[in-house]
Amino acid sequence: MPEPENHPDEAMEPAGGTGATMDLAQDEARGLERPPGHETAPGGTTEKPRSLWSDAWRDLRRNPVFILSALVIAFLVVISIWPGLIASGNPLSCNLANSQKGSAPGHPFGFDNQGCDVYTRVVYGARASVTVGVCATLGAAILGSVLGGLAGFFGGAGDAVLSRVSDIFFGIPIVLGGLVFLSVVTGTTVWPVIGFIVLLGWPQIGRIARGSVITARQNDYVQAARALGAGNSRLLLRHIAPNAVAPVIVVATIALGTYISLEATLSYLGVGLKPPTVSWGIDISQASSQIRNAPHMLLWPAGALSVTVLAFIMLGDAVRDALDPKLR
Amino acid sequence: MGRYVIRRVLQMIPVFIGTTLLIFFMVYALGDPVAAKCGDRACDPATAAQIRHDLYLDHPLWQQYLHYMAQIFQGDFGTAYNGQQVTELMGSAFPVTLRLTIVAILFEIVIGITLGVITGMRRGRPVDTGALVLTLIVISIPTFVTGYVLQYLLGVKWGVIEPSVSAEAPFNELIVPGLVLALVSLAYVTRLTRTSIAENTRADYVRTAIAKGLPRSRVITRHLLRNSLIPVVTFIGTDIGALMGGAIVTERIFNIRGVGFQLYQGILRLDSATVVGFVTILVIVFLAANLLVDLLYAVLDPRIRYA
Amino acid sequence: MRGATRYKWAAGAAAVVLAATATACGGGGGGGGSSSSASGVLSASWTDPQNPLEPANTNEVQGGKVLSMIFRGLKKYNPKTGAAENVIADSIESSDSQNFTIKLKSGWTFSNGEKVTADSFIDAWNYAALTTNKQINSSFFSYIDGYDKVHPETGSPALKDLSGLKRTGDLSFTVKLNQKFSTWPDTLGYSAFMPLPQAFYSDHAAWVKKPIGNGPYMVDSYTKGTGIKLRKWTGYKGDDAAANGGVDLKVYTDNNTAYTDLLAGNLDLVDDVPASQLKNVKSDLGDRYLNTPAGIIQTLSFPLYDKNWSGSGSEKVRQGISMAINRPQITQTIFQNTRTPATDWTTPVLGTSGGYKAGICGDVCTYNAAQAKKLIEEGGGIPGGTLKVSYNADTGSHKDWVDALCNSVNNALGNDNACVGNPVGTFADFRNKITNKQMTGPFRAGWQMDYPLIQDFLQPLYYTGASSNDSHFSNADFDKLVDQANAESDTTKAVGLFQDAEKILAEQVPAIPLWYQNGSAGWSDKLSNVALDPFSVPVYNEIKVSS
Repeated sequence: MPEPENHPDEAMEPAGGTGATMDLAQDEARGLERPPGHETAPGGTTEKPRSLWSDAWRDLRRNPVFILSALVIAFLVVISIWPGLIASGNPLSCNLANSQKGSAPGHPFGFDNQGCDVYTRVVYGARASVTVGVCATLGAAILGSVLGGLAGFFGGAGDAVLSRVSDIFFGIPIVLGGLVFLSVVTGTTVWPVIGFIVLLGWPQIGRIARGSVITARQNDYVQAARALGAGNSRLLLRHIAPNAVAPVIVVATIALGTYISLEATLSYLGVGLKPPTVSWGIDISQASSQIRNAPHMLLWPAGALSVTVLAFIMLGDAVRDALDPKLR
Repeated sequence: MGRYVIRRVLQMIPVFIGTTLLIFFMVYALGDPVAAKCGDRACDPATAAQIRHDLYLDHPLWQQYLHYMAQIFQGDFGTAYNGQQVTELMGSAFPVTLRLTIVAILFEIVIGITLGVITGMRRGRPVDTGALVLTLIVISIPTFVTGYVLQYLLGVKWGVIEPSVSAEAPFNELIVPGLVLALVSLAYVTRLTRTSIAENTRADYVRTAIAKGLPRSRVITRHLLRNSLIPVVTFIGTDIGALMGGAIVTERIFNIRGVGFQLYQGILRLDSATVVGFVTILVIVFLAANLLVDLLYAVLDPRIRYA
Repeated sequence: MRGATRYKWAAGAAAVVLAATATACGGGGGGGGSSSSASGVLSASWTDPQNPLEPANTNEVQGGKVLSMIFRGLKKYNPKTGAAENVIADSIESSDSQNFTIKLKSGWTFSNGEKVTADSFIDAWNYAALTTNKQINSSFFSYIDGYDKVHPETGSPALKDLSGLKRTGDLSFTVKLNQKFSTWPDTLGYSAFMPLPQAFYSDHAAWVKKPIGNGPYMVDSYTKGTGIKLRKWTGYKGDDAAANGGVDLKVYTDNNTAYTDLLAGNLDLVDDVPASQLKNVKSDLGDRYLNTPAGIIQTLSFPLYDKNWSGSGSEKVRQGISMAINRPQITQTIFQNTRTPATDWTTPVLGTSGGYKAGICGDVCTYNAAQAKKLIEEGGGIPGGTLKVSYNADTGSHKDWVDALCNSVNNALGNDNACVGNPVGTFADFRNKITNKQMTGPFRAGWQMDYPLIQDFLQPLYYTGASSNDSHFSNADFDKLVDQANAESDTTKAVGLFQDAEKILAEQVPAIPLWYQNGSAGWSDKLSNVALDPFSVPVYNEIKVSS
């Protein structure tokens, strides 16, 4: 029978322990996610009480994982805006005579099927891919958490309507939706693709958020806060959100990677980003069929995608650790 | 609980109607399907007009929709453009895809949750890092590549499996395709479990249980897992429908004529009977899966109650 | 404590081992069985045809494969030379290139015992032409007198029978055409003209489920979506009887999967090796692979109805674009030489006597960057500044060659934005845009010959108002030359006139010829004597299966 959860502001248990608790406690002690320098004194602290959010920010600033991932993401943003900083070539100038050749002086990553320089295309591709990934994830996460969270919190008819509407969206096949919504688009900007991915991605995050909120709202501290007179918005923002946010962050950070791959699928279908736009997704899907002969064509853009996803996963983990009271 | 279930079943009706209308409209918006029937050359206009007439395509959209719904309520899902009855197509595609999805979900549950528990309890250790690396690989490398590589290695080079699945598609042939299909979802399930476990490991009741002398396995299965599974179960519930309808790449690689493949062909041919028929059944599967998940919430966490 | 985890790992490992064993044991038993060479059955790759297997309703290769095995018509195209040879026809004669007398050989029957008579042809052709039967090949009968009554452009048909077909005996009938067409008899090898048994009409639904024909093979079983089993028909009296016991055509979702199955030993024959595997084919199959010319040409068509492409001077732009395409480099790098750069608008399969003449395109089809730039400038530049080459993204992996083509144009013109690919999501949408005259730039146009005649490469595509004239090219001189050639009974003179018409295409360039396409096939070591006919269909009845 599960016991009530810890109160968010409770002090931490001491490190170390005896006998049977040794394994679990030692696991925590070794956990890298635990921010160093955190107050461990049981009983009162000497600082004035602060809100959860400023507490979180303070922890984040001191977390090396957060700093590292933030730097990587900042780097990606910089080269998205100014790819010329680290790539001097032109991603669109291709010479078929170089098709599928390996690395050569001046071309560290080799050439792709059309004879374009893979390194230049990977650098220039960051812009489209990172933009699509970040914006689509933010959009789907915000839309999904808000709608799903409200549905889970209020329940009743609102929940029923929202859940059934999201069921209808779940049912739309990606191929069909892409062909209908995107084939009328004639421009080459990323925004229609982002909008489409948000449209199809929010139900999944919404359901996760709904489940989290349903679990969180059962807790005693919610009843306690309500008894103390807290209104719905305060409950949601201050008590439920931090406790329910962890699964949403996990799903969102992985979804970022899958959304970039989804962009690749849409391009493969002919409705996603169109040439001359350069993106990792396009390069990955084109290189997939040649994996037997020229794996380098696939590995470099896939590697860039991995690094990006890793950075966001680490960022997401750090943020979740800072926010989620259960993990402190 | 019974009344809740009945309410949910009744709610399926508006979803059914909403979905058929939406999908019907979307396929209609894609354009005239007759042009593709004549291959790489223009259709003779008189023949095209005749085909259109026989397929009821020369009526306005709302009439076509009503005609289609009337047929559905008589049990006739229409005829696909290649001449087969849609119910026949569904009858051959859904069982295969169901088996494939079951294999994939089993992989997700067994490998995903196990790996999630291990990495959740050993955060920062090499196992955790290894699982993270695997997560990154399956996200960055498309299913097409992992499927093809596995098919080539296991089917051609080492001869462990047959590269393509036969028409009857028994469970044992679907093991490798199921694994390929489950790979991306495995990443989600592992990390969701990991987070949930990590959250709940520090809970008081866990410490109490251990202090009481319960063996570790019992602590994990009886106390820890039960509380940690809600996000995982939610995700798997959403995944069932996605796997069934979206397995097109895996099905193409392994020659499985399942729902994903038929749906994809139907969409490319603008065949509204096939597409609406298949999507409608898929949505009903979503609804059933979501209902199951919601009921499971109450089982996993008894504090959650339904009127 | 740690034991629990260890048990989990052990259980997991055991499960994987069990699973692997189960698959290995349960998954075995592939491979087409064969005991002796005359009765061996081979398995080959297939895709479900879109339309039912009616002869007048099939115009693509997959359905055509089956029809070529279960039917024989008045004429047949020699698999090696492509020349039209009499099969059921004893003689087809005409004195004026418009009225033909056809005499049939006796002794031919369908596999259900029915005799092949003049009615077998007349009834089948009437069925094909009648609008209400929705046969997509009806337009092949448009040359026969009375077609407009049986197949009016709008409205219901007034008559059910073509007035131009007259039965004169059990084994003879006459055909009156509504125009002069001297080479018409050579078109009669096309599958639309096959005879049909009465069983086709008396129980049509059953016939479609299990077609009955008069060819070297008969249908043993047909499961839509899975495959069709064909077996040698021992009652076949023609001289090209099957050298094997039968063919199992298996449906594959993807050509790559079929190729992988071939490598694993589960499939005997794959025709159309996927482009992505062409680099590995030599090392995978050695000499069990062939790559021979087929009657297919790929072109880039222009929408001449669009004001940007119809002005005077626009033909210079088209010529310039054609010169900016480095065909040899593309066919070598992207296609591994399964395509040959085109120098005219027909195909080498026709042979010089049939009308193929290398070099009619001349300089226009030769890569010349400087000249290309000059011509395009003279013509007023590329309309809109960027050339958008449209193609359908769902089949055929056209993206690779369109991108290569655009890169070639960009490099030749020294401008990275001169040319860009424009994918369209579905083939249906692509065809719709073409039929509704909505194209604004060049689009890919492939043409597979219906029969090996130069007429087939010119008239349906470039004659004013012709059925496949997607570019809506209209040139009075071209039309006149084609009409003259059709009326000319001397074949050499006719070919000469057709080639004169082709020269007009080289000046106006309604479509840029890109390359001739080859057919390809790979097979297992159980097969020998594998060849492709000029339609890139394997000559199944000549393949030998060894034990």
